Amino acid sequence: MAAPPFYVQPMLRFILTRVSLIIPTFLGITLLAFFLIRLVPGDPIETLAGERGIDPARHEQLRKEYGFDQPILVQYGIYLSRVLQGDLGKSMITQEPVITEFAALFPATIELALCAILFALILGLPAGIIAAIKRNSIFDHGVMGISLAGYSMPIFWWGLILILLFSVQFDLTPVSGRIDVLYYIEPITGFLLIDTLLSDEPEAFWSAVRHLILPTIVLGTVPLAVIARMTRSAMLEVLGEDYIRTAKAKGLSRFRIVALHALRNALIPVVTVIGLQIGVLFTGAILTETIFSWPGVGKWLIDAIFRRDYPVLQGGALLLGVVVMSVNLLVDLAYGLINPRIRHTR
Amino acid sequence: MTTETMEAPAVAAPTATPPHPLREFWGYFSANHGAVAGLVIIVAVVLVALLADVIAPHDPNATDTALALKPPFWQEGGSIAYPLGTDPIGRDILSRLIHGARLSLLIGIAVVALSIIIGTVLGLVAGFFRGLTEIFIMRLMDIILTLPSLLLAIVIVAVLGPGLMNAMLAVALVILPHYVRLARAAVITETSKDYVTAARVSGAGTTRLMFREVLPNCTAPLIVQASLGISTAILDAAALGFLGLGAQPPSPEWGTMLADAREFVLRAWWVVTFPGLAILITVLAFNLLGDGLRDALDPKLKR
Repeated sequence: MAAPPFYVQPMLRFILTRVSLIIPTFLGITLLAFFLIRLVPGDPIETLAGERGIDPARHEQLRKEYGFDQPILVQYGIYLSRVLQGDLGKSMITQEPVITEFAALFPATIELALCAILFALILGLPAGIIAAIKRNSIFDHGVMGISLAGYSMPIFWWGLILILLFSVQFDLTPVSGRIDVLYYIEPITGFLLIDTLLSDEPEAFWSAVRHLILPTIVLGTVPLAVIARMTRSAMLEVLGEDYIRTAKAKGLSRFRIVALHALRNALIPVVTVIGLQIGVLFTGAILTETIFSWPGVGKWLIDAIFRRDYPVLQGGALLLGVVVMSVNLLVDLAYGLINPRIRHTR
Repeated sequence: MTTETMEAPAVAAPTATPPHPLREFWGYFSANHGAVAGLVIIVAVVLVALLADVIAPHDPNATDTALALKPPFWQEGGSIAYPLGTDPIGRDILSRLIHGARLSLLIGIAVVALSIIIGTVLGLVAGFFRGLTEIFIMRLMDIILTLPSLLLAIVIVAVLGPGLMNAMLAVALVILPHYVRLARAAVITETSKDYVTAARVSGAGTTRLMFREVLPNCTAPLIVQASLGISTAILDAAALGFLGLGAQPPSPEWGTMLADAREFVLRAWWVVTFPGLAILITVLAFNLLGDGLRDALDPKLKR
C-alpha cells in the first residue's frame, strides 16, 4: 500500500486534534446549562414546568417526567441525550420548542452581526492601513484615539446617543424594530434584506435598510476599534521586514508595496482577530437588540430572564455557546489550512 | 486606590534592569502622554469618590417632583443649583454621578481583586502541579472563555437573582481565565530558571516556592491585566445594571441610572448623556493606564 503524500498526515492530524478538543468544551457547556436550572432558588419542577403550587400527584408525575427521581448522573445523561437529539425543552410561556424559537429568531441576529462586521471591516481595514503608512501623523493619532474610545465604549449608551442624534434630532432613522409595521414579508431566508428583495414591495427593502443602520453602527463599534488597532500594528510590523526594504530598493511603487507585499502578510493576524470577535459580537448583540427592540436571540434571552422562562434561558444559552464554539473551530481550521506553520505545531 | 496605582512600579521592580528600576519605569511611563492622562483622570475620579459626601451639592437620593427633568444650567430653564439637570423624579444628576463614582470604583477594584486572587492561585497550582490538575483547571477556563463574556454573566445573574453583589460575582468569574492563564504561563517560564532550582535544592517547600519565590516575579503581566480588567469590570457591571440585572434602583450606579432614564431619552437628553459619559471616561482612563503600564513594564517593547 502506498504511503499517503507527506502533507496529508499532519493536516488530518491537525483537523482531528482540533475537532476532538471541542468535545470536552461541549460537555462543559452542557454541564453548565444542566446545573444552571438546579441553582435557581425554589423547586426545580415548578421552575421547569412553570406551574406554581401544583398538587402532590401532579408534582410526582412531573418529577418522573423530568427524571428528578433518578441519580444526578443519570439525570445528566438523560439531559445530554435529549440535547444531542435537538430536544431542549419547551418555552414555559409559548409552549413552543426552544429550538424552534431559536431557529426562527437566529437569522435576525446573524443578519445584524454580519452587517456589523462588514461595517467594521470596511472602515477599520483602510483606517488601520493608512494609520500605519502615515505613522505618527495627525491621522494616525486620530485613528488610534478614536479606536481607543470605541474600545472603551459602553455600547448600550452609544445606542441611546445615536437614537438621540439621528432619530430625535434629525429624524433620519427609525428608533426600533426591523421593518415598518405596514409591510408583511414572508420569511424565506429569514434575512430581511434578501426577503424584501424577493418580495414584490421594493419600498420594504429600504425600510429594512433604514432600520439596520443604527444597530449596525452600535454593534460594529467595538469590532471596528479592534480591527483598526490590529491592522495598524500588524502593518507596522510587516513594513519593518527585510522583504519590504528589498521591494523598496527594487523601486516598486508605494502602492504595490503596500497592497501586494505588506497587506497580504499583515492580514493573517487580522483574520484571527475577526474570528475572535464572534463572541464579542454575540455579547454586543444582546445589548444592541435590547436597545433597538431587534427581534433576535439576544432580546429573546433577556425577555426570558424577566419572564422567568428558564427552559428558554437554559436552551438559548447552550445554543449560543455551541454556535460560538463552532465558529471558533471553523476559524481555527481555516487558519490551519491557510498557514502551514500552525498545523505543524503540536 | 491612588496608592495602589502609585505603588505598582515598586512591586514590578524586580523585572526591570538593576540601577533605578522605579525611575526607569517612570521614564517609560511618563513618555506616554495617554497613560499619564489616564492616570490623572483616575486620580480625579478617586478623589471625587472619596470626597463624595463633601462635594456633592445635593443628597443623591433626595427626590422633589417639582424639580423633575430640569435641564442643565446652560439651557433655558436650568439653574446653577442643579448644574447637570435633574432626573425624572427630581434628583440632582451631578450628585448621583459623584456618588456613582464610588460604586463604579468599588465594583472595578473588588471584582478584579477577587478575580486576581482566585486566578493567581489557580494558575500557580496549574503551573506547579501540571498533569491532571492542570488539564482540569485549564479546560474549565477554556470553557468560560468560549462563552461570550456578557452572556455568561447574564446567565449567572439570572440564576442567582439580580443585584450588585451577584453581578460582581458573575463578572469576577467571567474575567477569571485571563489571570489563570497569565499566572500559569509565567510560572512555567519561571520554574525553569536557576533561582527556582536553587531555592528547591536548598529545601524550600512547594508553598514557599509558589508564593515567595515565583509569584513576585510574575507580577508585571498581572498588574497590566488588572488595570485592563478594572475597565472590563466597570463596563460589564454597568451593562448588567443597564439590563436591570445589576445594581437595583435607586442605587446611583451609572448603568442603572441609564436604565432608569432610558424611557425619557426622547424628552430629556441629559438624563442619558451624562451617566454614559462618566462610564466612557472612566473606562477609557483605565484602558489608557493599562496600555501605558504594559509598554513600560514589557521588556520586549523597550528600545
